[in-house]
Amino acid sequence: MNVPTHDTRAPQSRRARITAVTSGKGGVGKTFVSANLAAALARRGERVLVLDADLGLANLDVVLNLSPKITLHDVFTGKHVLEDAILPVAGGFSVLLAGSGMVEYSRLTPEVRDQLLATIEAVTPRFDRVLLDTGAGISDVVLYTLSLAHDVLVVTTPEPTALTDAYATIKVLATTQGRHSLLLAVNQSLHRGEGRSIANQLQLVIDRFVNPGLDAPIKLDFVGEVPTDPNVRTAVQKRQLLLELYPGTPAAAALLAIAGRIAL
Amino acid sequence: MPPLQVDAALSLLRQSGHPAPVGTPGSPEWVQGLIDALCQLSSRDALTGLANRRHFEIVLGREIDRVARAGEPALLLIVDIDHFKQVNDQHGHNAGDEVLKAVSQALLECVRPMDTVARIGGEEFGIVLPNCPPVFGPTVAGRVRSCVERRRVTIGLSQQIGVTISLGGAFAPQWVRSSVRLWLERADLQLYNAKAAGRNRAVFEPAAVSMVSAEEKGLLFNISEFGVSAVDPETGSGS
Repeated sequence: MNVPTHDTRAPQSRRARITAVTSGKGGVGKTFVSANLAAALARRGERVLVLDADLGLANLDVVLNLSPKITLHDVFTGKHVLEDAILPVAGGFSVLLAGSGMVEYSRLTPEVRDQLLATIEAVTPRFDRVLLDTGAGISDVVLYTLSLAHDVLVVTTPEPTALTDAYATIKVLATTQGRHSLLLAVNQSLHRGEGRSIANQLQLVIDRFVNPGLDAPIKLDFVGEVPTDPNVRTAVQKRQLLLELYPGTPAAAALLAIAGRIAL
Repeated sequence: MPPLQVDAALSLLRQSGHPAPVGTPGSPEWVQGLIDALCQLSSRDALTGLANRRHFEIVLGREIDRVARAGEPALLLIVDIDHFKQVNDQHGHNAGDEVLKAVSQALLECVRPMDTVARIGGEEFGIVLPNCPPVFGPTVAGRVRSCVERRRVTIGLSQQIGVTISLGGAFAPQWVRSSVRLWLERADLQLYNAKAAGRNRAVFEPAAVSMVSAEEKGLLFNISEFGVSAVDPETGSGS
């Protein structure tokens, strides 16, 4: 089994802070959170790039209603240079879309690894923050992508299946990447405080089943909950940013608050 | 160009039993030979002749690059002589030195030529094993352990003693850019576990486990235990 371990030397001055967004289970709103978080961080003055690292089943373009001419696929195949694929979007940030035809990149081969690494290294001097929107699951591509990030934000919903997968992801990251801290956000919470309870419960299970086997215990850093809000569904359907379409709603406020927690 | 000051360098070579560089003193060939010999010297441990820590870290760094590039497995073993202080205390430091040399020899004899064995601390050794698949890890470590255990070290005139070693093992993360420090830390942690578990054994870093047991799920979903009714019974029950 591959045992990715993040490089603790990674943080460098005047380079973007790399924050990976992951979830274990698909469909918990990972890309929705990434896109709106990017907009929220941009409002705080950060130069933000969202990189669609879900190479096999990219959908950042769908969430943002973009039909890009040039994508990461073109960069990886050498048809275009990286600069041409970086796309400024309405939320005040930039995106690097994976594009279609990337199925062959859904397995971690030396080429994919090198291309991803080279891409990330090329963009970090130009931004304050790079958000890596990973795919679902804990494949080697996902684990590799996470290993390149300074911070990992785990997104879950209160559903038991999502919780189980988030927990499995945390467990793998704790045992294989030597991380001591992970950010946690709860999407689609049903009432105020549910996110905090979930974070506490996850920490409890981690303390009982995972931490005893580690040299340094892993600690979840709960950064906030996004309440279930019908406006989210509307924004997603209209393929627009919640922060643009319904800026004053509870979910939008929650995303701004999360941005405040992780801001540089 | 002023004449080269090489007396100190040459006496270092003599002291360490290195042959003097060949060629006319001062010629490029001779200077190159001198530099090569000094490089050799600065990468070896004086007592045991093994690679020293400096050289070992270079090898580790190279191996990390290779593993990240080619995805081949590589194993790092950290080895520590058990109760080495007792050897020194009971038999004197000369005996301690003999034990270090004997253990070094044993380590060299039971690994492949492509593996690097180094003395990285007082009684601590490191072994890098390129291209060693995870399934072979315990076999290799077991061989190294019993190799040392069987060895008898003669001290003084006729007294023979034996020592055991503890080993900690960690595989380099394939395809991943990691660091030497982190790899050493991970193997070191397993060495600590081997010591804590009673010494004279090898302990490996556990492989990543993504399985979630029924017990873990039970606790995970039992959010009401927290005194906060966090999960709606409607959604909390379905999975």
